[in-house]
Amino acid sequence: MTQYHQFDVVIVGAGGAGLTAALHASKTASTAVLSKLYPTRSHTGTAQGGVGAALGNIEEDHPDWHTFDTVKGSDYLGDQDAIEFMCQEAVEAVYELEHMGLPFSRTPDGRIAQRPFGGHTNNITGKPVPRACYSADRTGHMILQTLYQQCIKHNVTFFDEFQVLDLLTVGGISAGVVAVEMLTGELHVFHAKSVIFATGGHGRIWEVTSNAYTFTGDGITVAMRRGIPAEDMEFFQFHPTGIYRMGILITEGVRGEGGVLLNNEGERFMNRYAPTVKDLASRDVVSRAMYLEIREGRGINGKRYHYLDATPETINKYAAEDGRTNPDGSPYVVTAEEILAKLPDIVDFARTYLGVDPVSEPMPVQPTAHYAMGGIPTSIYGEVYLDEKGTIMPGLYAAGETACVSVHGANRLGTNSLLDIIVFGKYSGIKAAEYASGADFQKLREDPEGFTRQQLEAIQNASGGENVTDIANEMKSVMFDHVGVFRTDEGMQEALDKVRELKERIKKVKAADVGKTFNTDLLNIWELGSLIELAEVTTVSALARQESRGAHAREDFPERDDENWLKHTFAWYTDGQVELKYKPVTITKYEPKKRVY
Amino acid sequence: MQVTLRIFRFNPETDKKGHYEKYKLDAEPTDRVLDLLEYVKGYHDGTLSFRRSCAHGVCGSDAMRINGVNRLACKVLVQDLKKKKITVEPILGMKVIKDLIVDMEPFFDHYRSVMPYLVNDEPPPKKERLQSAEEHARFEDTTKCILCACCTTSCPSFWSGEKYVGPAAIVAGHRFIFDSRDHAAAERLKILNDAFGVFRCHTIFNCTEACPREIEVTRAIGEVKKAIATGKVD
Repeated sequence: MTQYHQFDVVIVGAGGAGLTAALHASKTASTAVLSKLYPTRSHTGTAQGGVGAALGNIEEDHPDWHTFDTVKGSDYLGDQDAIEFMCQEAVEAVYELEHMGLPFSRTPDGRIAQRPFGGHTNNITGKPVPRACYSADRTGHMILQTLYQQCIKHNVTFFDEFQVLDLLTVGGISAGVVAVEMLTGELHVFHAKSVIFATGGHGRIWEVTSNAYTFTGDGITVAMRRGIPAEDMEFFQFHPTGIYRMGILITEGVRGEGGVLLNNEGERFMNRYAPTVKDLASRDVVSRAMYLEIREGRGINGKRYHYLDATPETINKYAAEDGRTNPDGSPYVVTAEEILAKLPDIVDFARTYLGVDPVSEPMPVQPTAHYAMGGIPTSIYGEVYLDEKGTIMPGLYAAGETACVSVHGANRLGTNSLLDIIVFGKYSGIKAAEYASGADFQKLREDPEGFTRQQLEAIQNASGGENVTDIANEMKSVMFDHVGVFRTDEGMQEALDKVRELKERIKKVKAADVGKTFNTDLLNIWELGSLIELAEVTTVSALARQESRGAHAREDFPERDDENWLKHTFAWYTDGQVELKYKPVTITKYEPKKRVY
Repeated sequence: MQVTLRIFRFNPETDKKGHYEKYKLDAEPTDRVLDLLEYVKGYHDGTLSFRRSCAHGVCGSDAMRINGVNRLACKVLVQDLKKKKITVEPILGMKVIKDLIVDMEPFFDHYRSVMPYLVNDEPPPKKERLQSAEEHARFEDTTKCILCACCTTSCPSFWSGEKYVGPAAIVAGHRFIFDSRDHAAAERLKILNDAFGVFRCHTIFNCTEACPREIEVTRAIGEVKKAIATGKVD
């Protein structure tokens, strides 16, 4: 029997964005958080190096510099009004986290510690500036724990292990969601005035990925199946330093602390690609450099990886070469103990998964699928846009990686994802509650859970003998090879053909599990269907964009083309077809310039 | 290499009690036990059920008993195990829902019972509250907890009656009791001085052995005990 619930605000997802939204919405509105995981399992917890805010605790810094760096990092595709809003809000947002109890690492005088990160610079000298506010190398873990703790303190209502499979709309207005309770397999209708999607990213599309198994883009797919577009889906970030073959993230903070990338000749090759900031260039720039080095035969032993060297000898050698100094002007020198204290989890990952001790040996790394710049299009208040003209869907909100504000444009800077979730989580929560206070519940259609039941029954009744793992592997492999760091028309066409083939083949996957209790088999198949749709949307969006910008690097169109492509992609998925439209980028202060690091 | 996975299976809709099933598969020495479980689910039996998410020891979803000890399945490599016969069972002391999935609610209830959040009603300053590196170091170890339940479900005192608040909840208490910014240490110590509180701990050290985050759990419990005994937090 379907169960029925009613709340003013329903939040889907309990990572950083969802929990921040919950803390704010629940102040004035009855609020429920639905999450397919226990909240503390959310992917926010895996973020490592820091959250960006121009506190200036170590060196001079300004929100304006943060704004410019983010605009430049986005390869001028980010909307400048939204970026300015985020970077101005950053300082207060980080202090709010500290006031909630977040255990930041500290400076000698007791303030929040900060470290340099890729693309964050002193706008006068062009040199890296310490802007990432950190808690060792587990900043995301601390944010997730702190927000969840505050939710407990404020008695937020949670429905843990409830997976949302449909968005209810009535006459173009958001009316609630349908979820399956994983424990019982029962469907639940959540009737709501406001719905906030905060479901994270979809990096499981690619073979080598830093993303959790559960990062399957549920929110975007559910929204798209109800006619909502997805923005800038061709822009997906490949982080330069994933553990070779496994993809597990090694934070950019390693390079912030002075670690360097070396090729097979022992050369610090980023010197050639980004002469000013070197290893701390933007992620897209570094990932491309690694691919080019591999193509030139300078991967380690001719293979598809490089060394990330964070041994004190190497760090100190290159810090001296760069003339890097401490705030008091003394030369920057680190010891093995300091590396252990600042990067304990990285040391642990390297020892566990590589059998390598990073304070004495280099780590083998390769670019790994990491972050969706694209997603559900929103205003700075999380309001969801229905089209490229800015029409807002009443009662629907999105925040965090699942959304596209757009503040990251074509390439996100490190530390701006944690910033994104706390700033836009907050404003979507406030706005959703505000809207709910003046809105009525929409009258639901009969059998609101019908579409959900239909989707699940289709999987249970399928026939044709296809295997879900085979299909997943084929998708991941073709997407990693052809819709990855470098792209061509030919390769992407091949990927698109394959993805469309898989879209048909997945209809022939039958769930082996016929039970109701924790039927993860059924839900995994549903999730793979979601990933395949997003892979198609990504590829179609990427094929159409005939230029190179940020993370979208085309060998057949190697230059950025502002005349024709300084615009956002809006993609709709209707009747199994992807339709594209475009929206101009908002430029306020910063005219597009050539992007050099 | 060939390994044999021996997995505890229980389907509440068809089984009265659990049983073990064996699966033979090829494995790389560097495969995680989680990779093997995924392989079994993908190619041997889609009904096999377990929780997992991040797959690198940070989210805390996949705590299991692997060859008799509590571990995260994503943090144990085949080469770390001495035997090529690998037994995987649900963590103990919790109700098994299905296969390797247990009911985590009592565990989170214990966590929530110790006021696991900062209490400080003074108006905050415009910027951050200051805290010295030493004050931060005082509780940093216990901030690492990922609530996986490896510690609590390895504790004989917890097995003997799940009313015992358990190591993970004490770790959560410790994290705030020793935070210089917090004002509710006395209340938390009162909660933990309950009949089912810290003094159920008999210093067996299973929890410390089990912690995938290498938190010195027994030491943290000892510090809470001492704070209760002396009435002082230092």
